[in-house]
Amino acid sequence: MKFGIVVSEGPYTHQAADTAYHFAKAALDKGHEVPRVFFYHDGVNVATNLSIPPQDERHIQKNWTELAKANDIDMVVCIAAAQRRGILDENEAKRQGKDASNLAEGFRISGLGQLIEMGIECDRTVTFGD
Amino acid sequence: MPEAKKFLYVNRKAPYGTIYALESLEVVLIGAAFEQDVSLAFLDDGVFQLTRDQNTDEIGVKNFSPTFRALGDYEVTKLFVEKESLEERGLAPSDLQEIMYEDEDDDWEEKPSIHIVSRSEMADIMADQDVVLSF
Repeated sequence: MKFGIVVSEGPYTHQAADTAYHFAKAALDKGHEVPRVFFYHDGVNVATNLSIPPQDERHIQKNWTELAKANDIDMVVCIAAAQRRGILDENEAKRQGKDASNLAEGFRISGLGQLIEMGIECDRTVTFGD
Repeated sequence: MPEAKKFLYVNRKAPYGTIYALESLEVVLIGAAFEQDVSLAFLDDGVFQLTRDQNTDEIGVKNFSPTFRALGDYEVTKLFVEKESLEERGLAPSDLQEIMYEDEDDDWEEKPSIHIVSRSEMADIMADQDVVLSF
């Protein structure tokens, strides 16, 4: 089965990004597909490459980056939600005249159409939020 | 083109205080371009999103409630509001904005988009969907 996943809460404050990660991993282990994960609301904060959790804690962004790399998951960050919250890729930083970008490896910034498309193309859409 | 899927946007939060309601509406507006079978559900504090005469002047955030009246132009014409959620909050259907659409299959007659449904009817509506996005 094809699962589309929505992450709609930020890392660490809420468990949603962790639970979504464990769900995606379990689904992949069982032979299902996870073609895309869509990050929305504060979920876009998972995609910052400036997060430095203590060494004995899980690193939520790195977990996702590694899982996506190993399983070819398309990790999409909503552009409108990301811009509000200061998540920028290099192109967008340049375009907006900002002196830094912070989008982590494996994530890409795109529009909400990607969320609708995921709903259309996947067998199930599962939201992880509050 | 494959048959349209049934999309339900579930709105459970008050319009202000958190960003869920506004960002939900942004998905609905973008999603309208995909020509799917779209419905919106309003329950719990989400029913406050549709109240009339909202005024946000004193809290410094945008009043986006007029946008709901434009949904008909996006062919989003099914807004289901849970009766029990209204009652639990001391609200009546008359406290909600009038939201109309022009029915192209019925000589463009103006019809109400808001339907008040019971909690058990809402459960049936949810069970009938292909994609449920919860906000």
